[in-house]
Amino acid sequence: MSDFLFYLIAVFTAGCAVGVVANKNAVNAAMCLMLCLMGIASLFVLLDAYLLAALLVLVYAGAVVALFLFIVMLLDMQGGVKRPFRKMTALASTVALALMLVGVCMLRNRVSGGAAPTAALAAPVGTVLKNYAELLFTTYLLPVQIMGFLLLIAMLGVIVLSKKFEGMEDIK
Amino acid sequence: MNIGLNEYLALSGLLFALGFFGVLLRKNTLIIFMCLELMLVAATLALVAFSRFNGTLDGDVFVFFILTVAAAEVAVGLAIIVALFRRRQTVQVEELNALRN
Repeated sequence: MSDFLFYLIAVFTAGCAVGVVANKNAVNAAMCLMLCLMGIASLFVLLDAYLLAALLVLVYAGAVVALFLFIVMLLDMQGGVKRPFRKMTALASTVALALMLVGVCMLRNRVSGGAAPTAALAAPVGTVLKNYAELLFTTYLLPVQIMGFLLLIAMLGVIVLSKKFEGMEDIK
Repeated sequence: MNIGLNEYLALSGLLFALGFFGVLLRKNTLIIFMCLELMLVAATLALVAFSRFNGTLDGDVFVFFILTVAAAEVAVGLAIIVALFRRRQTVQVEELNALRN
């Protein structure tokens, strides 16, 4: 049952990722991104990381994709001239995709040849919230504080960026 | 249960490759940004899978931090794109060549 679910969700997620890349319309791409993130969240559930699945749905599928949609509709760039892809760009990106896929296949073959860590499934520690709290407030206390500062700095930066400065030189 | 670490890593690599492809191919800055997010999420999937199959929680905590950084990054990146659009009236990367000359 778990295997079937994994393959189902994997195909769904990969299909939505293709949709993000291939969609002409930015709104449709954002919707595909949201579905892809839901697929990843369900993979997290399969991996017993329930807290991370909930956080992914809240932060990514909720806030980030909503922000993307908001900006796409605000900028309204559906019009304008459609430029075709340059041959060189298409060729280079296809070669890059092929190289990365070959790399993944090589890694897979190599790992399954040796002693793979797949057989012995370790105990699921990610299901208990107390474990997260213990790590976050002991070992990773300093990174948590730094994250707080980072969010504050990001907020201030966004405020500065979206302010209008009069008399600034235009760089056209 | 015969779904192992390899399958998750392969899926993660596939998603990362697709995001990379999109970053290289697309012309719209917003879609490039979405593909960047896709790459970040693919990396988090690999981290969670490693963490699960090793029985430790450090990878999960790292994903926690990645989510925070990604939220901050999206806010700043979208603010930059909006500022760019206000100044240049376009978000197509081919027309953003102020540094070329």
